[in-house]
Amino acid sequence: MGELAVFIILSAVILIPGVIVVTSGNIVRSALSLVPTFLGVTGFYIMLQAEFVAGIQVLIYAGAITVLILFVIMLTEGGSGVEVRQMNEQVPLGATAALWLAFLMLLVFLRTPWSLSPGRPPAYSAPAIGSAFLTNYALIFEVTSLVLLVALIGAIVIARREE
Amino acid sequence: MADYLPIFVHLTFVAALVVLLLTLHTLLGGSHPLPGKSEPYESGVWPIGSARERVPIRYYLIAMLFLLFDIEAIFMYPWAVVARTLGVFGLVEMLTFIGVLGIGFLYAWRRRALEWQ
Repeated sequence: MGELAVFIILSAVILIPGVIVVTSGNIVRSALSLVPTFLGVTGFYIMLQAEFVAGIQVLIYAGAITVLILFVIMLTEGGSGVEVRQMNEQVPLGATAALWLAFLMLLVFLRTPWSLSPGRPPAYSAPAIGSAFLTNYALIFEVTSLVLLVALIGAIVIARREE
Repeated sequence: MADYLPIFVHLTFVAALVVLLLTLHTLLGGSHPLPGKSEPYESGVWPIGSARERVPIRYYLIAMLFLLFDIEAIFMYPWAVVARTLGVFGLVEMLTFIGVLGIGFLYAWRRRALEWQ
């Protein structure tokens, strides 16, 4: 019962700012509305006992990604203009697509046999993630560093082009 | 889950305090709109120019570098909690990870991306 109440509160915390993100005419307001959405998702991760992922969610998404989006708005000419229309002109077509997507997702949700795992999650998730990263998924772990390297070099090349 | 009850109580109190203060402010202070009140506050100095100006791309570069090294630091955390049990093997893997990003760091250094000229 308590869990359901927390779920409903967190859903409201995610969905209400989420609507502002996609409807607000002020793009800075949209970007800042992402913060409560990310924090609500953090709450979901905590409910799922994925505390390490929850910590990452706060640090990377609620903190760094939002700041990065705000920087991008500041860098763009006219990007922080107040009157930006976000709504698509083709309302009937968009509504039809959204309804179909909702229908398909409901179908998947109702037809999937959701089975409960008999095992218990570990009390602390970070050691489990660490040993999984460095043994079974070692290659993926090392490739991650390459992805980060590409992003780093790409950012420098794009930002330093004028010299 | 029950460990997070204090955080929930804390957040509830924060929300209640915000609502209380804003309501009291509106009720007791009333609304007296003046043109000066809607000006952006710049430490008592008159604001000059528009607030919506493009900023140099160096800010973006610094933010991007911060984000990437932030992610690198986060990847070190799950390694650090199991470093003793994994031993040398884990250490070598982590050094490879840091080494690849070290190349990026050296590149950023050589391209003078860390300087603010």
